[in-house]
Amino acid sequence: MSKAIRVGVFVCHCGSNIGGIVNVPDVVEYAKTLPWVEWAEGNLYTCSEDGLSSIRNKIDELHLNRVVVASCTPRTHETLFRKNCERAGLNKYLFEFVNLREHCSWVHMGKSDEATLKAKDLVRMGVAKVSLLKPQEDLATEVTRSTLVLGGGVSGLTAALALANQGYLVEVVEKEDELGGLLRFVNRVFPTHRSSAELLNPLIDAVLAHRNIRVHLGSELVEVKGFVGNFSAVIRENGGSRDLNVGTIIVAVGAQAHKPEGAFGYGRFENVMTQLDFETQCGRYDRFKRVVMINCVGARDEERSYCGRFCCIVALKNALLVKEANPQAEVTILQRDVMAVGRLYEDYYRRALEKGVRFVRYRKAEPPRVEGAGTRAEKVRVLHTLMGKEIELDADLVLLTTPLVPAEDNAALSRMMKIPLGMDGFFLEAHQKLRPVEFPADGIFVAGCARYPAEITESIGQALAAAAKAAIPMARGKVVSEAFVAEVDPGLCSACGRCVSVCPFGAVDWAEVPAPDRKKRSVARVNPAECKGCGLCASSCLSGAIRLSGFTDEQIFAMIATQR
Amino acid sequence: MAQKSVLILGGGIAGIQSAIDLANMGNRVYLVEKKPSIGGRMAQLDKTFPTNDCAMCILAPKMIECANHENITLLTYSEVLEVEGDPGRFKVKVLKKARYVEEDKCVGCGECAEKCPTKVEDEFNAGLGQRKAIYKYFPQAVPSTYVIDPEHCRIFKGKKCGICQKTCKARAINYEQKDQELTLEVGAVIMATGFDLYDVRPLTEYGWGTIKNVLTAMQFERMICASGPTHGHLKRPSDGKEPKNLAFIQCVGSRDVRHKRYCSAVCCMHATKEAVLAHEHYPALSSTIFFMDMRAVGKGFQDYIQRAKTEYAVEYIRARPGRITENEASGNPVIHFEDTTTRQLMSREYDMVILSQALVPSESNAAVAEKIGVGLDDFGFVSPSEDPLNPFATTRGGIVACGFCQSPMDVPDSVVRASAAASKVAEILASNGSERA
Repeated sequence: MSKAIRVGVFVCHCGSNIGGIVNVPDVVEYAKTLPWVEWAEGNLYTCSEDGLSSIRNKIDELHLNRVVVASCTPRTHETLFRKNCERAGLNKYLFEFVNLREHCSWVHMGKSDEATLKAKDLVRMGVAKVSLLKPQEDLATEVTRSTLVLGGGVSGLTAALALANQGYLVEVVEKEDELGGLLRFVNRVFPTHRSSAELLNPLIDAVLAHRNIRVHLGSELVEVKGFVGNFSAVIRENGGSRDLNVGTIIVAVGAQAHKPEGAFGYGRFENVMTQLDFETQCGRYDRFKRVVMINCVGARDEERSYCGRFCCIVALKNALLVKEANPQAEVTILQRDVMAVGRLYEDYYRRALEKGVRFVRYRKAEPPRVEGAGTRAEKVRVLHTLMGKEIELDADLVLLTTPLVPAEDNAALSRMMKIPLGMDGFFLEAHQKLRPVEFPADGIFVAGCARYPAEITESIGQALAAAAKAAIPMARGKVVSEAFVAEVDPGLCSACGRCVSVCPFGAVDWAEVPAPDRKKRSVARVNPAECKGCGLCASSCLSGAIRLSGFTDEQIFAMIATQR
Repeated sequence: MAQKSVLILGGGIAGIQSAIDLANMGNRVYLVEKKPSIGGRMAQLDKTFPTNDCAMCILAPKMIECANHENITLLTYSEVLEVEGDPGRFKVKVLKKARYVEEDKCVGCGECAEKCPTKVEDEFNAGLGQRKAIYKYFPQAVPSTYVIDPEHCRIFKGKKCGICQKTCKARAINYEQKDQELTLEVGAVIMATGFDLYDVRPLTEYGWGTIKNVLTAMQFERMICASGPTHGHLKRPSDGKEPKNLAFIQCVGSRDVRHKRYCSAVCCMHATKEAVLAHEHYPALSSTIFFMDMRAVGKGFQDYIQRAKTEYAVEYIRARPGRITENEASGNPVIHFEDTTTRQLMSREYDMVILSQALVPSESNAAVAEKIGVGLDDFGFVSPSEDPLNPFATTRGGIVACGFCQSPMDVPDSVVRASAAASKVAEILASNGSERA
């Protein structure tokens, strides 16, 4: 039982990220002097195959039973190093991460000596802690092979169909009485100019006909509990409520078009409308002789800093439709930048130029002015930046190009599901670059305009991506959660409820336990399958009743004790 | 249920993401990459917009995950030869080129490269540095196996050498190694062949190749990268001096009917990021970006541009410069342009000028597409899908495409599409008749 502790310390140069500031060879030599340390070495990149195989070889050769890697951040690399220990036959929880990059070299640039001293401190603390770590086993739970899709727009429907085609059951919850989402109000789609119904109807038909999909119209989510593999949701449907048990959830609740009340005569002049109003109402495109479009209305301004991503393309589309229906029509787009990104849209932009659509650049500081009489707008004045003077455009139709804005219920949904919203009011993904359709909580995914404005192709892409992510735990049939989780000592718990409210993953709730004076009392209880081991509950507990394995008081005090 | 298999062509971030997703679903994945390492273009980036995450720091764990995944077989330094058969039952031939270094023996110690006498221009560092004739593609390469470049190695040119073989303690060097042809059976194929950089030499007005202090964006990226040839220090090629001001010219070869008429999608943000990083390295440094439209449409991009202006001394001028000349005394490039907001012809001198070159489909795309029977458009991108509900379809059933080989796109879009392609493949595999449990 009391096998001698044998620690290996691996110090990473991270190219020059660490090695350029911290004296790595010095830290390595120092590590060799620490208690329990049998081996210490420096690596150019400990995460490279070179570094990893070196760790494995040393575990094997020197019978190391604890490993410290002093490199970057557990956020990106902990799984890798743990798996590597596992490959060498070492329990993966006998590994400790010391961050010499974010916590040292990057914040102490130009102070090599001090940074090196701090690096030694950090390594010493890491060694002290690793010596107290105990082997742990992961928890495996079964996964229900079904998905709840919130939202019956193009994103939700695409995700539902993809999963159903892979054999999973799907529950689609749509708050409207009809499927299709925002796309129902769009007349034609760019760049093909085919009717949106041509695209939407086959999708809706396929969803309705699929034996693996159940559609709940006019219904909404009222409660969700549980964790990846085992969510239990309650929806309100037809005045009643229904329980749904699912393994994964996809949030595809879409967005809404911005209505710029009061701006540019919107609401005052009947012939000033948004692009979407126009698509819903216009019927024919050949009725207009002088169309002026104003782009970036309610976007890229003080109130809403983001770009609507595809509103420029919507303006191009409607300009082309008007121009193609009536080549004599004068169509002018007032813009700040034409966001025709990529391969197809630059050609689409060029097509509009070739058809005679005029583009006039205006400055944010000097926006166009819409003038008219009675209920009709008649003119738009704008400072033409290329000409350097104000021009006047006659208009029988003024279209305001507005961005999509977050759905109104996002905040409530965010609270109910404990999924984060960004500053802009859209749902915030786990990582902007590499986890664009995931949330920090496992088993819940996001797609389409709920995340950020996305045109049809992008929405389909995100929906399929979310479907792929949701399929993974369901294909495997079980999920494995980390062993570093919090645990409540019911004898010490005072039932104050702090931990319950502070847990960002909804992993803490109440349990009844026998009490000496009364029959039963309520105490906090952590569901290990939901717990991410963040430690918020443990550090907020006033009674010292919560123990977080891997970060116990004993381990933390040992780390502190190494400091002189 | 028998394990189903997928072939993925291209080991960049898109191919890597598709591979991980499909492997995590339980499928066998063969990831084919023509270069000696997976990682693709993202591996060449220093940091990534708009979060300024270090590219390698977020990519390396994914590369390693691929290498260690029980369901992924990496076939690097390999090319597809043909794909025969139908969806669900493709027969694929892959050529695994000889590295002349045995993968199971090489420990990646690098002593061979240290001793190798032959220096070669380093492609990974965009020609800014040199590597040896035996080399590792980049320090974090996966696999970490070295490779001999037979075009430059003295042995393969019939000269006397053999130093690497004598140096290698692991006895991994094998000059006799032969190319291997593998036959694989897969249910579906993903094409994720990525992009190359447009050669800016034909744009003689900008003087790349003649004016020393004019670089391409990829060269600058390698220069500012801590693991690049200058260890992250900015040094002017003409005199090694640290530049105080930089200019970036956008749409060099893009949105240009003489060259590539499409928009390369990432350069507005890429240039902004490089200017931000340069200012982070040298707080006294300022940058000017000459652009036509500032196409910052992704999540968080507009805020990034605002911060570049207010916190990182980046100035934006709406202009398409006509010409760059060189101040011969100082070596400074001089940009001649019309500022379209003031309608004035101006000339400004900079310490260094960076050209945001157009990005084009991978040069091997045409050959790959022909071998596997997938149609391309005029530019060499995969032909747009006919089916609006499946933007990942190619002209051949059972083969889907994702990432830059479809159209210019940034990392988040490539990652989304890579997972989406994985989903389409999962559907293809699931519909494959009785094999399903």
